[in-house]
Amino acid sequence: MNFDLSQEQKEMRELALKFAKNEMIPIARELDEKEEFPAEIIKKAWEIGFVNTCIPTEYGGNGFTLLDAVTIAESVSYGCMGMFTSIMCNDLALTPIVVGGSHEQKEKFLRPFTESPKLASFCLTEPGHGSDAAGIQTTIKDGGDHWILNGEKMWITNAGYADLFTVYCTTDPTLKHKGISCVIVEAGTEGIILGKKEEKMGQRCSDTRGIRFENVKVPKENMLGNPGDGWKIAMATLNHSRPLVASISLGGAQRAMELSISYAKERKQFGVPIAKHQAIQFMIAEMAIKIEATRLLIQKAAWLTDNNLPSAKEASAAKAFAADSCMQITTDAVQIYGGYGYSREYPVEKIMRDAKLIQIYEGTSQIQRLVIAREVIGRD
Amino acid sequence: MNIFVCVKQVPDTETKIQPNGDGTFIETSSIKWIMNPYDEFAVEQALLTKAANAGSTVTVVRVGGVKDTEALRTALAMGADDAILVEAEDNLDSYSIAKALKGGIEKSANRPDLILCGKQAIDDDCLQVPQILAEMMDLPSVAVIVGFEQNGDIVTVKREVEGGALEVYEVKTPCVLATNKGINTPRYASLPGIMKAKRKPLQQLTLADVGVSADDRRVKYSNFALPPEKPAGKKFDAMDEAAAAGIVAEVVGLLRNEAKVI
Repeated sequence: MNFDLSQEQKEMRELALKFAKNEMIPIARELDEKEEFPAEIIKKAWEIGFVNTCIPTEYGGNGFTLLDAVTIAESVSYGCMGMFTSIMCNDLALTPIVVGGSHEQKEKFLRPFTESPKLASFCLTEPGHGSDAAGIQTTIKDGGDHWILNGEKMWITNAGYADLFTVYCTTDPTLKHKGISCVIVEAGTEGIILGKKEEKMGQRCSDTRGIRFENVKVPKENMLGNPGDGWKIAMATLNHSRPLVASISLGGAQRAMELSISYAKERKQFGVPIAKHQAIQFMIAEMAIKIEATRLLIQKAAWLTDNNLPSAKEASAAKAFAADSCMQITTDAVQIYGGYGYSREYPVEKIMRDAKLIQIYEGTSQIQRLVIAREVIGRD
Repeated sequence: MNIFVCVKQVPDTETKIQPNGDGTFIETSSIKWIMNPYDEFAVEQALLTKAANAGSTVTVVRVGGVKDTEALRTALAMGADDAILVEAEDNLDSYSIAKALKGGIEKSANRPDLILCGKQAIDDDCLQVPQILAEMMDLPSVAVIVGFEQNGDIVTVKREVEGGALEVYEVKTPCVLATNKGINTPRYASLPGIMKAKRKPLQQLTLADVGVSADDRRVKYSNFALPPEKPAGKKFDAMDEAAAAGIVAEVVGLLRNEAKVI
């Protein structure tokens, strides 16, 4: 056993934290208030190498392991969970190509992302199908020399800025998950209709929209694998992305704890800093426990994936525990700050609002428990 | 061009400093180190100059402890080509450091065309090494520069003087230049840069290798101590209008007679 990160991973973490503190934290509140997309941050993050961590070296990427990627993700998210959701969205959308694409598809669709800052969106959820993803209604039909895509997707991150969409669709909704396919749709194709930007509770700088596909012609060569391979590709993608999403929670939780500690040392009540009161100490100790456990769960899940071992249970455990812990930690951070915590002039309420989303997207905390239950109890 | 950058590793500004046991330096065992921020400007200027002169190399040189090598690795990850590390205690004086840097630079296969340093290190604030190094190497030097323009072997540099005016110097290379904030915006290292850095050559030397001995020390450190804690300030309550005039008189009296600031 070795719990130490490599020298390079430690340097990556330092670099990411420096970027979070110098570039992201100073503008995080303003972008949240204005619901402004972090285009400039994404460009800078791309230049440093924080974007597209999933792209292998053969296609111009950095060839990071998932353990590298979660280390980077935690530290960048320390700056702003919302901004990082928009940064990490590319990994979610491009991983299907990495795990399910042919050499030609990877060369054609992944390489451009390493040559200039581009964005991609992952389109699975629909207005009527979120947790029940196998029930999606977006259809794909054979149109001769191309596919014809019809349907509506919902809560699509970065949709308004994406250059490429990986879209899950079905050849026959009654086949459920066996009928699902995944196709690559390039932005600008006729028949793509973007919805308005959703007004959210938190992570307000990230772009979230509905998107409609009306008789969109998709080239035959844009399907990943064969018709019906989509579900398998989606599950492999989620095993990869769940530890990353968990890391977003971890970064936010770490910042909330650090803010809580410095405030508790400063704020005096009953003649002493509130950090001297056991009630506050216990809340902070609880934060430390949850953060340590979250980090270990994430690293274990990432390590399993990197070693090609089954990781569905661990990835879901990391995601659920990270999201639920972050919600508790950020709620307690607001509690420690008291009235100041509830004020938008102080940073903790934003982190609390940002935290809530992670319990919902990429599989709710309840869906993660379903996955885990299936793994530990069995399907019978 | 063969460009050399002298970098120092200093405690992170957020690190809590403690004197060591015998008071000859600070306790370094649990310190988080960073590259001296003024040296980041020097590294950036070196990389910009390299980009403008095809075939150039950037070598970073550091004198100090070998346990942590953050400063050199950061410079390599930003884009420097190779590094020279002269192993030494972290509490050398300016003269010994300059002599060791000179020795390190001379051990390189490349003859320097340009030597860049930060104007000062933020830990001891001595502001001496670049000038001593230039004198030892018999090279022209300009310190605290905020502007840099190269034309062949002539470099036009600017330095700020009081009142915001600028002095302009023309210096012939090889020369030693010490950078100030404002000359450029240091780039971030990149993740691929971090991965490449571990494969870049790092030459490690001892003080003996570069001809520095204990006799070279000009300054001996002792009695490192934390500054005394500030006494609590005096508070005056002048909210009561009737008493306000008397309190103002009292404050003025204290400022004049006790604090002696007016």
